[in-house]
Amino acid sequence: MAAHWKTFFGGFNLTFRHLTRTNVTISYPQEKRPKQPRQHGRHVLNRYEDGMEKCIGCELCAGVCPADCIHVRGLDNPADHPVSPGERYGYIYEINYLRCIHCDLCVEACPTQAITESKMFEFSFSNRADAIYTKAELVVDDMGMPQRLPWEDWRDGEEDMTSGWMRATSPSGSAAYEGVIQWSGDLGVGVRIPEAGQSDGRDDSATGSKQLRDVFSAHLLPEDVPASHRGVAGARRKLEAKMPPALKKRLLR
Amino acid sequence: MNSIFAAGDPLFDHGVTWIVVLIVALKVLVAFGGLMGSVTLMIWFERKLISDMQSRIGPQRWGPFGILQTLADGIKLFFKEDLVPAQADRFVFKLAPYLTLLPALITFAIVPVGGVVTVAGHTFSLQVSDPPIGILLLLAMSGISVYGVMLAGWSSGSKYPLISSVRASAQMISYEAALGMTIVTIVLSSGSLSTRTIVDAQRGGIWHWNVIHLGVVPFVVFLIAITAELNRPPFDVVEAESELVGGFHTEYSSIRFAIFFLAEFMNVLTMSAIMVTLFFGGPAGYVPPIPHVQWVFPIVWFLLKTTIFAACYIWFRAALPRYRYDQLMELGWKRLIPLSLGWMLIVAGFILSPSWGFGVTGVVLFSSVMLGRSFEIGSDQESRNEVLPKVGERPIPGHVIRALSDGEDN
Repeated sequence: MAAHWKTFFGGFNLTFRHLTRTNVTISYPQEKRPKQPRQHGRHVLNRYEDGMEKCIGCELCAGVCPADCIHVRGLDNPADHPVSPGERYGYIYEINYLRCIHCDLCVEACPTQAITESKMFEFSFSNRADAIYTKAELVVDDMGMPQRLPWEDWRDGEEDMTSGWMRATSPSGSAAYEGVIQWSGDLGVGVRIPEAGQSDGRDDSATGSKQLRDVFSAHLLPEDVPASHRGVAGARRKLEAKMPPALKKRLLR
Repeated sequence: MNSIFAAGDPLFDHGVTWIVVLIVALKVLVAFGGLMGSVTLMIWFERKLISDMQSRIGPQRWGPFGILQTLADGIKLFFKEDLVPAQADRFVFKLAPYLTLLPALITFAIVPVGGVVTVAGHTFSLQVSDPPIGILLLLAMSGISVYGVMLAGWSSGSKYPLISSVRASAQMISYEAALGMTIVTIVLSSGSLSTRTIVDAQRGGIWHWNVIHLGVVPFVVFLIAITAELNRPPFDVVEAESELVGGFHTEYSSIRFAIFFLAEFMNVLTMSAIMVTLFFGGPAGYVPPIPHVQWVFPIVWFLLKTTIFAACYIWFRAALPRYRYDQLMELGWKRLIPLSLGWMLIVAGFILSPSWGFGVTGVVLFSSVMLGRSFEIGSDQESRNEVLPKVGERPIPGHVIRALSDGEDN
């Protein structure tokens, strides 16, 4: 009987406590949640640091694509002004975004890391032809940044930590090579840093990731919040997260 | 002048002149406008508070904090297409929304909003009217308002609204009795049906308020019964979205749908005001000795108390799951009606004399024990006579088990 009354009035208690908590909902078009570092968004075709295109027109991406949305045709590099460093280059490169499922198998298949995915997923079209992105839209600009096409919703800082899936993939999938860089530098960006593995401790500030526990710990019931996010440890953690990176390095190492 | 509609109001003491008519018209206008305005605020308040309780944002686009959202919704509904189903009884279908709206408006007329004020030699009380039948008008109007719901469901010519209207009338009958009995308890202690007299009887501090003066039981019974009368959660089986689509207003659209909603929220406000009047001393409260603005403070107290109760209803909606229909009936008939009846007898006994009071208390206690025992025997009988065992306790037939298993056992 006592338990019955506790559950009955527990609802009142819970709803009342929710008044003091921060709201989960955000006003989406005005503000956005931080995107995860491995977010699969719209593709980009990268270039080497000297401006050459990375794509060699091998069609591995088109072959591996489960949705059959990539169309590639290679061509021999013209001898007088080569497009890519090797023998051939991607002459036609088209992705149909009505078919693409953003699985990132093309990124894993690419031998030269020519194709990676940005975090940008907020784009729409009003006809089918517009959904087919060609090289004109996919190749990065002369600063090495993805093109901000007018119908896409890019915000400041969204280009910073892209290619997350590529950076997270260790060579030949072996844990022994975790954190080893096996990709070439990019135009304007240089060599992208690898994402820290699970065995190595995380450096969230370097990779731009944010743990969901941190985001949602304010909304969980006290008994569901992990010990590291509660009490003194939780307060210390919060303080650390707010510290500027330089100060944090000096204090904690 | 001592007509049936305004016995207690000192406004009519010196005959009806044009200025008296003007004051009455002004009172009606202010009450109507204020109620309409506060209903739009109430809808906004409900949506905002319940979204806060669910860690959401709620309306935020129109006006500061989304306060004009109701207005926007109203305008939208006004311009929607007005549909009448082909199977509907057209006249009743169109009449029903007004049958729910009018009682909500009329009930508010008997609520004393403030004290008695004197303006330009005319003394009058701050309430639309103070009929000697007072609180009976509340019972009559809450009885009529169910006609709106019932006829709306019946005239829609559709199954879900029909079930809803049956539920509405059954729920009404079950809870009206408990409601009436608690009101009788109040009438016994204050000796009058007039709301002004009931409020005056509670004057003189918090210990004289009916909620404490009569024991907390009548208030709790009244709160539960009035929540059921209002079809508010957790007693909203009449418009249970998960069972009956929308209940009685499933087939309604446009301005008629808006009127139903207006009436529902107006009823919430009116019943909160009634509860404050009956149990919490109405406009009673501390009045600081500031000259010229003393008449303001009772109104502020009244509004404050009413807002608290309105918030309570929203809290109920956020916290409690809906009662099943049989649980609703059981609560009404087996718990609330005996409880309110017994308490009424006890109060009546103590009003007569302490010895009568203790005597009646003994009788009530004895009969409640008997009643409890008989409910127990009845439920035992019921479980023995069940046609099918409860779900989860039914033995699964062998051939079903064999069909479900991989077939290795056979």
